[in-house]
Parts: sequence; structure tokens; C-alpha cells
Amino acid sequence: MASFSKFGNDLYSGKRSIDFVGRRRLWYAISAVLVLIALVGPWLRGGYEFGIEFRGGSEFTVSQVSSLDQTIATDTVNEVAPGSNPRVSTLGQDSVRVQTDELDKTQTASVQDALATAYDVPVDDVTTSFIGATWGADITTQAIRGLVIFLVLVAIFMAIYFRTWKMAAAALIALLHDLIITAGVYGLTGLEITPAAVIGLLTILGYSLYDTVVVFDKIRENTSNLGERGTQTFGEMVNLAINQTLVRSINTSIVAALPVASILIIGSFVLGASTLRDISLALLIGIIVGTYSTIFVAAPLYVQFREKEAKIVKHDARVTADRKRAAQSSVSA
Amino acid sequence: MAQSTAVKKAWRTLIWLVVVFGVLIGTIAGGVLWSNATWTPKLALDLEGGTQIILTPKLESGDQVSQEQLDQAVSIIRQRVDASGVSEAEVTTQGGTNVVVSIPGSPDDETLNRIESSAKLDFRAVLLADVAATATTASPSPTVDPNLSTTPTASPTNASDLAWVTPALQAQFDNFDCNSEAADDAGQAPADQPLITCDDNGVKYLLGPVEIEGADIADASSGIATTQNGSSTGQWVVDISFNDAGTKKFADVTTRLYGLTGVQNQFAIVLDGRVITAPTTGGAFTDGKAQISGSFTQESAKTLADQLKFGALPIGFTTQSSEAISATLGSTQLLSGLIAGAIGLLLVIIYSLIQYRVLGTVTIASLVVAAALTYLLVTLMSWRIDFRLSLAGVAGLIVAIGITADSFIVYFERIRDELRDGKVLTSSVQAGWKRAIRTITASDAVNFLAAAVLYVLAIGNVRGFAFTLGLTTIVDIIVVVLFTHPLMTLLAELPFFRDGHKASGLDPRALGAVYRGRAQFRAPAAGVTAAKRGSSSREAVKRQTIAERKAAELAGTSAGITGGSAGKPGTDSTRPTDEGKNS
Repeated sequence: MASFSKFGNDLYSGKRSIDFVGRRRLWYAISAVLVLIALVGPWLRGGYEFGIEFRGGSEFTVSQVSSLDQTIATDTVNEVAPGSNPRVSTLGQDSVRVQTDELDKTQTASVQDALATAYDVPVDDVTTSFIGATWGADITTQAIRGLVIFLVLVAIFMAIYFRTWKMAAAALIALLHDLIITAGVYGLTGLEITPAAVIGLLTILGYSLYDTVVVFDKIRENTSNLGERGTQTFGEMVNLAINQTLVRSINTSIVAALPVASILIIGSFVLGASTLRDISLALLIGIIVGTYSTIFVAAPLYVQFREKEAKIVKHDARVTADRKRAAQSSVSA
Repeated sequence: MAQSTAVKKAWRTLIWLVVVFGVLIGTIAGGVLWSNATWTPKLALDLEGGTQIILTPKLESGDQVSQEQLDQAVSIIRQRVDASGVSEAEVTTQGGTNVVVSIPGSPDDETLNRIESSAKLDFRAVLLADVAATATTASPSPTVDPNLSTTPTASPTNASDLAWVTPALQAQFDNFDCNSEAADDAGQAPADQPLITCDDNGVKYLLGPVEIEGADIADASSGIATTQNGSSTGQWVVDISFNDAGTKKFADVTTRLYGLTGVQNQFAIVLDGRVITAPTTGGAFTDGKAQISGSFTQESAKTLADQLKFGALPIGFTTQSSEAISATLGSTQLLSGLIAGAIGLLLVIIYSLIQYRVLGTVTIASLVVAAALTYLLVTLMSWRIDFRLSLAGVAGLIVAIGITADSFIVYFERIRDELRDGKVLTSSVQAGWKRAIRTITASDAVNFLAAAVLYVLAIGNVRGFAFTLGLTTIVDIIVVVLFTHPLMTLLAELPFFRDGHKASGLDPRALGAVYRGRAQFRAPAAGVTAAKRGSSSREAVKRQTIAERKAAELAGTSAGITGGSAGKPGTDSTRPTDEGKNS
């Protein structure tokens, strides 16, 4: 891939440069539209679909079936426990999962027997679960608490590491952007929100910031001589840093996304609805959006936060003045 | 020479890695030989199959469960599960409120009932008893005249005082249906109020307030009763002994009840709001020992003894979810997870080889070392802290492949950056490392923070995921420091890499080191490194030219002037290796 490494060289040297910082209004507008869609879309569609862990109910899994016909399950459950709203899905190649409203012990046992008879499998191959509606609520409460604690800790960590709270603020805004958009994809597509999806969403926290830290570290390095005699404005320094780390960002994102995509594909085609699928889908969206937001949201925001600082205004003014003088001298030369 | 010290250091570091592996393998081997460790990690329920029961405390509104109560409950439930002969059961708390019982395989109904049913045990005096209404009169909500008085006519003097029975309570009792929902909710009744409930034989009771709590029972056992001269009666009984507080309370209660007649002579042992037995009081018991006799079988006597002994939970629990996980489904999922992991790993390897050529093999070797280290650590953890690998944990491991490989990319790109600046490979590796390790540590710290917060606050399988993610973050740092960096240092000495073979992935020409001069603004921007200071004379020349070149560029001429020696891009005669030899 000589062309890709050539591309990297050009970005590094500044021969080729994509104006991430200068055109920030455009990127902000794109992100604002995406966030708006992610927030309003699910609401227009009729809200999020929550998994059984949040609704509460009973679940039956029939394994080793010879027929994956879902109507058998629907009919059987409707007959044995009328009005229990069965939702049937296939798991892998030889299992059927039935989720119903909450059933009592005797009903559960009779549905279990009926399903075993209907699918012609031993009763042992029909497993039953009962999930209280508070289970999901507990997870959500814990998840939100975890989110808040994490954000506070990571903000402190980044503020100390980068020695400016403005980088932490920009990184956290980008993170929020990622979380909203990922959650929005679930809302828009009507995919069920399961605890596994919540795990995936929480993992984005780590990944999105990982990506941002790599780029911000380079920005910090490029802007460390701010105030010394330089030829670039602050915005240009940051932009060069983004360009220089672009190949790295693309490579790390692809490498991170490959195993996740592999889980997602295996998870959804082979296993059907499963923990693996739910975790990996949220993660895959998160990795893609996270890479985007580091480059197009976090870094430009950082420039915006800082460019009004007296030190930077002074620096930029001097650079502009130097350039004018240089331009005049070269014209005169 | 600086290089040789770097090489020496690299060998030393690699020896440390061997030591780490040696210690891990040695510890596990020792564990296998002399303890109960295994060479494979233990699997969690979702992969192994089994039953997971989540119990949540029954609290009157506004009450909070304390950690102490929860810990006490966990140890009692654990005893109870162990007493039922189930091995390897796991009882843990979850999210500060719930108790999770994980039992491998499929436990029998009796074991399940023992765990689920035994909870809060109380002793209450019987006020009224009656054979419950049969199903024919069952109505979902018994109607009680709301005008009936709910206040006692006289303030009750003791727990057996019939003054507790208000007209409203009497009506409620008369209409009480043992199969109704009210009967299921009896376990949440306040301790200082009368309780209407049933036993398993369909007898309904109106009971006084709680007099003795289950926590006051010191021990309970079942056995065959003997007569005074020591001969067996053949009757199964349950013996109870109370602790000091219980002895005193039991003496008071039995003294009072002994003087009463009819059902008021009975006291009820109430478990989870249901009467398990209501024996008559045959005397005043002041020695803290009591014997319950009745129509026990060996089985039921043992069950009652266990319930009394282990049923002394500080709080009542209700089953929030009970999930049976099929082992076949679990193994399918594990297999699919492993296949997904293998494919993911293969894709990462292919991509690394395309992007980094032979350098990609360093990624592969590092991933192999990381995988081996992770496997050993997971195995060790499953022995030492009883960690069990769940499907979510497997997902965490697979996701980690990408995140671990990311560190190598950050490192390689830093080396390339240094090469682009015109450094020789050996110094590029060292200079690139100094910068890369900072970035890797910072980003891994963020990742680890996320994993730690998730782990501490986690519920259920979030925890397994957070654990593996945190573990692999640490493994990542260890591998990068103890393996990838020393390996790069050593490889940089090989002619294949040193001379920048086309396929090495570190070819300075392909990396545009010839454009060195065009990275003009980078020299000051990057900060002056020690290596650069070494070639300060060149640096000085280079810096002087910057302003001029900048001017030229702004004027629209695109021709760059390389630092040090003048020349057009692509015709630069200064080979980076030459410069390296100078410095």
C-alpha cells in the first residue's frame, strides 16, 4: 500500500493538508444534525425498544430443534398462556427463543412442557428464565452512576495529564456526542436495548477517549513551543497534528474495528440474538463515531476554546504579521 | 556506545519478561500440584450452563439495606447452598442491593426451593386459627367492609392479647384466601403488627407481633426423639437452641403461652410470612432449648432444621430473576466467540502485514505474547479470586485484540515519524519509544479507568467484561514495555531493518525521509530532542533556512530546500543512515 503510506508522508510533512480546524463550522453543523437526528429520531419512531431485562417477563429457550418454524412457538404459547404476548426469535442454527410477559410458576411449567412437545424435544432442552422488570432498571441506574463517576475521574485525569482543562472539556463533549449518536442508532433502527448493549455503550467511553488521547498528545507536542518564534498560528499547529496522526487514527480504528466487526457478523449470523451481537454492535458504531468525533469535533473545539486566550491571540497576530512581512519581502525580492 | 547499551538493556528487559512468564507458570503449576488450580480458566454460567438466581431484598418503603446485612445474608445463603451438597456454587452481592446465586448444572427443585424460600424467620404467638376457605369461595380481592373499626378497643398488653383482633382484622381474617396475592405478600408485614397468613396445609392464622427473630436461634438439628430412659420413640423431631437473648425471650413467651388455652397456646414459626409450623406449648422453657415434635418425616425434619438454622436472614428476599442456562447453548456461544476471535485476529494480522510489511510480524509476535500472558493471568485469577470467564468476558478479550494492536501502531507510527525527520533507525526506535510510551500509558490509563469504574459499579455480566478489559489493558502495557520495545531495539540492529529494506515497513525512502526539508516547521514544533541537540550544527543551519523557505513558499514557489544540504525533494543526497553515523 505504497499510496497509503505516501498519503501518510504527505500529511506528515504538510504537503497535503486537510483543513479540519478551519472548516469547523461545517463539521459542527454535520455533528449537530447527527445529534439532533439521534435525539429526535427515536422519539418520532415511538421510543426505544427495551429488551426483556428492562420490560420484565419470562423467557424460554428451546435448543436442538429440528424445525426453526417460529409460528409453532407463537401458536403453542398463545394456546397454553393466552394473552402473554410471545415474541419469538431464533438463536443460532438450532435454537428458538420465546419471550413472554411474566408468567407464574405453573404457567411457566406448562409452557415449557408444551414447547417441548411442539418442537419434539426432551423437556430438558427447554430452559426457562424469569426476569424481573427491576433488573434492567438496576443496570440503568448503575450505568448512569458509573458514567458520571467515570466522566469526573477522566476529566480530572486529562486536565492533569494535558495540563489544561480545555482539552478535557473538548474530549468529554466529543465523548457525549459519540454516546448520543450510538444510542440514537439503536433508537432509530428499533434494535432492542439489552444489558449487553449497555455494556457496549459503556465501553465506548474508554475507546472514544483512547482515540482522543492519542491525537491530543500529538497536539500538545506540536503546540508546546507556543510563544516561541514559530511560523504557524495555533489553529494551524493543531491542524497539522491532526493530519500527522490521521494515518494512525485510521489504522488504529480499522484494527480496533476488525475484531469487533468479526464478533458482530459471527454473532448475528450464527448466533442470532446474543450477548456478543449486542456488545459488538454498540462498540462498532462507537469506534466509527469516536474516530470521527476526535478529528472533527474534539480537536476543532479545543482550538475554539483556546484561540481567545491572550497568549494565543498574541502568538497568532505575530505569525500573521511575520507572514505579511515575508510576503512583501519576497515580492520585493 | 549508546546503541550497545540499548541492546544490552533490551536483552535485560526480555529476561524480565521470561521471569514474569516463569513466575506465572510456576505459580499455576504449584497450584495444580498442591492445590485446586487448573490449567484452564473456569467458565461462567452462561458458557458452562447452570442456574442463576438473583435475589433482591424485600424492603418496606424508605428502608435501605446495609452492606453488613447483605454480607450476612450472603454467608447464610452460601452455607445453605453448601449444605444442600451443591459444589462450586457462587454467591455474590451485586450492585449493593442484590444477592446472586449461581449454581452450575441444573439443581433439583429442592435445592432451588431451599435457596429461594428460606429467608426471614420469626416467632409469633397465635391469636386465631382456622381451616382456610376452599377454592370454591376464592375471590381475587376479598371485600372487607371499610367501616369496621381498625383500632383496638383496648391497648394490647402483650403479643397474645386478643385486643389485637379488631373487627376489621377479624373480617379480613374471615375472608382471607391462602391462594391470594395477599398471602404471597405476607413476608413484608411489619414486625410490630399482627399478621394474617397460612401454612402449607391450608390452615390460616391470625398471629400477634413478632416476639423472637430467627437471628436469635443459635442452632437447630433434626433427630429421633428419645424418652427419658434413652429408648428411641421413632419420632422425628427438631431441636432448637437459642442464644442468650433468644433464651430469655423464649422463656417469657413460653411462660405466658403455657397459661393460655386453645390456639392461643400455640406459637407459630413464620418463614417468609408463611407458617412452617405452629407447635403447642407444653411448658415454660427457660434453658433456651426446645424440641418441636409433630408428624415429621426424616426429610421434613431435616428441612425444618436447616430452615431454622440457616433461615435466620437479617432481611427477607424475593427472587428477582431465575435463569436456567443451557450448557449446549453456552458451548455454541463459546465456540462462536472463539471463531469470531480467530477471524478478528486473522484480519488484524493481515491488515498489519499490508500496512507494516515485515514489521507486521512484530505485531503478530506481540499479540501472541499478549494472548499467552492474558491466558495465564485469567487462569491464575480464576484460581485465586474465583474469576469465571463469561461470554461478555470473551467479548472483552476479543475487543482487546484491537486495542492491544493499537499500541503497536502508535509505536510504529512514532518510529516512522522519527525516520521521516531523517533519523537513523536505531535512534528513531529509541526516540519514537519515548514519545509512544507516553501516549500509550495515557490512553491505557483512560481505558483502565473506564474498566475499573465499570467493574466496581458493575452488575452481572458487565463485570466479567470490565474485568477482562482492565486485565488486557495491563497486559498491553506489560507486552509493549517488556516485549515489543526490546524486540524493536534488537531488530533495528539487523541489516534488513537497519538499511530500510523495501519490505521492512521502515524504508526511509518510502516514508518520505527525502522530504525531510519539507518538514521544516516540524523541527521547532516537535521540540528539540536530545538526539537533535547532538547534531546542533546541522540544526542551526536548518533553522536559519526556515524563515527564508517559508517566505519562498508563501510567495507561491513550491520548491523546498532540504535542511543541511541544499537540494530539491527527491534528489536529496543525504541518506538518513549517513546522518546517523555522524551523530
